[in-house]
Amino acid sequence: MIRLLLRDLKLAVRAGGGFGLGLGFFLIVVVLVPFAMGPDTSRLSSIAPGVLWLGALLACLLSLDRIFALDHEDGTLDLLATAPIPLEGVVVAKAAAHWIVTGLPLTLAAPGLGVLLNLPSDGYLWLLVSLAIGTPALSVIGAFGAALTVGLKRGGLLLSLLVLPLYVPTLIFGAEVARRGAEGLAVVTPLLLLGGITAGAVALLPFAAAAALRINLR
Amino acid sequence: MSIWKYANPALFMGWSGRVLPVVAALSALCLITGIVWGFFFTPDDYRQGSTVKIIYLHVPSAMMAINAWVMMLIASLIWLIRRHHVSALAARAAAPVGMVMTLIALATGAIWGQPMWGTWWVWDPRLTSFLILLLFYFGYIALWSAIDDPDTAADLTSILCLVGSVFAVLSRYAVNFWNQGLHQGASLSLDKKENVSDVFWLPLLVCIAGFVLFFVALVLARTRTEIRLRRLHALRLRLRMSEGAE
Amino acid sequence: MLTVTDLTCARGGVPILSGVTFSVASGRSLILRGPNGAGKTTLLRTLAGLQPALTGSVEPGVDAIAYAGHADGLKSALSVAENLTFWAGVFGTRGIDAALSAFQLDALRDRAAAHLSAGQKRRLGLARLLVTGRPVWVLDEPTVSLDVASVARFGAVLATHLAGGGTAVIATHVDLGFDAEMLDIAAFRARAGSSDFDRSDFDEAFL
Repeated sequence: MIRLLLRDLKLAVRAGGGFGLGLGFFLIVVVLVPFAMGPDTSRLSSIAPGVLWLGALLACLLSLDRIFALDHEDGTLDLLATAPIPLEGVVVAKAAAHWIVTGLPLTLAAPGLGVLLNLPSDGYLWLLVSLAIGTPALSVIGAFGAALTVGLKRGGLLLSLLVLPLYVPTLIFGAEVARRGAEGLAVVTPLLLLGGITAGAVALLPFAAAAALRINLR
Repeated sequence: MSIWKYANPALFMGWSGRVLPVVAALSALCLITGIVWGFFFTPDDYRQGSTVKIIYLHVPSAMMAINAWVMMLIASLIWLIRRHHVSALAARAAAPVGMVMTLIALATGAIWGQPMWGTWWVWDPRLTSFLILLLFYFGYIALWSAIDDPDTAADLTSILCLVGSVFAVLSRYAVNFWNQGLHQGASLSLDKKENVSDVFWLPLLVCIAGFVLFFVALVLARTRTEIRLRRLHALRLRLRMSEGAE
Repeated sequence: MLTVTDLTCARGGVPILSGVTFSVASGRSLILRGPNGAGKTTLLRTLAGLQPALTGSVEPGVDAIAYAGHADGLKSALSVAENLTFWAGVFGTRGIDAALSAFQLDALRDRAAAHLSAGQKRRLGLARLLVTGRPVWVLDEPTVSLDVASVARFGAVLATHLAGGGTAVIATHVDLGFDAEMLDIAAFRARAGSSDFDRSDFDEAFL
């Protein structure tokens, strides 16, 4: 599993675009928001937590279809399925690699982009924390969606359709933490719920994803 | 013999063919009775006026939108555990019906909301949950239609239905947490004091029965179609196999 | 050693091979023959555990089987050595040098897989079999895009593997240069309507 994770990271670095693409998209979304909403800083600062969460979520979505599709095309997935590591482990390693390549950079970049949107100073810490806790769930849920659609030729759009409704609870609690943090309110309850969703998703979804992969491979 | 024998496709076609006309007729009877009774023979609400009468469409369709998903969940579980093809096909057949019920609930809700709340749409937890439910129906139906091999499609959609159900419930609570809304409490409950008064209650029950029967009739009819399609698919495969053997 | 008993394999939910029974002793290999579409790939994938068999059993289990299909599972951004090291790591074995030299890939070890020719990629894909350390090789058209010299080299590697007590089941139309048992799988073709999978069976009333 560790080797698979390291290999995926190496591939992401070598192939390029892995780290950059999601971040670039995130940046563009955040830059476009003031053009759409007007330059009024007080309005921007009130929507900043939500926009940053939504931007991170969409950037995460971009690279989901690559989680399994590339390995499926070149036959690696068949060989991994016959290898001595369980397919559940493959899913966890792949989701972890996806998180390190997209979720983690997005989390780290979000405060910087928060400056562009006049995020209130109280908000930076909780934005960072909520993204750090929430994005692993996005990667695991995405890996599940990618496993469902891995055999399909036009899977990309379908993947978004399947995954976005599943992102709703994470988005609600994550953005709620960031918003309450920015407004200086108590954040403990949504933070615990967000953590609960992430923990549950990480614990259970790899099994569903592995089952879907097995069905798609046969 | 156990109850499962009725899930055999041949037997299913047999009994469902006999049951379908009866259910369809009963549902038409209930729907006509309930709606005519509700629309023309109940008094106007003292606060809401005659707009309240949309309840006879709104409440039953909203109930069926959720019940259809529950039925799909149960059918998916049966497919995953016992591998009855009819079960998977019934889940597939129910999805579009459930989706339309969700749409009806949302549309009638908007029409009712306009005079009552002064707006077509609010991001109220109940409304939002239904919108999310609609998205789940979209995804489920899209996944079914995207996969060619019927067994693979049945397996994957069943897994999606399972996972989706968990996330739908999570979303429900998340949305509740996110915004307390305008929507009134449940119109029906076992605790009688909370209920709307008897005058509205009886025709509403008839309407709900009508919607349930309507749903059953539609699902039966659509499942029969799916079984025939599946049989066609199997016959084509057979033909191809026997051609290959020549 | 590989024993297959009364195996039924399906493609797209339809049984295409039934009653497949054969046994390959240690140190022996079996060549599967049959026209295109007869079900060779399906049988091999079933042996490798990639798809479930409808009936029957395969002994020993999938943990003893190394599978190589049409695709080599190579990452073009990684070098030859990195590709092989990864698989060695996944299968918990050490040392890729023997595998590299067996397929004459030493000189290419630091070249990115993207810059290999089709034949070189194939050789790398086959070298993966050596680092799995598994006794039973299940190979689907292993000689595709190999030149004559490489086929001979592959034959030699295979002979070494068999001499070491290994077993191989191979679908190929090429003469690998050593004597192996032949099995024409057309004999196991599942007959439409003539098998156990007929109307009498509970859920198969569709077929």
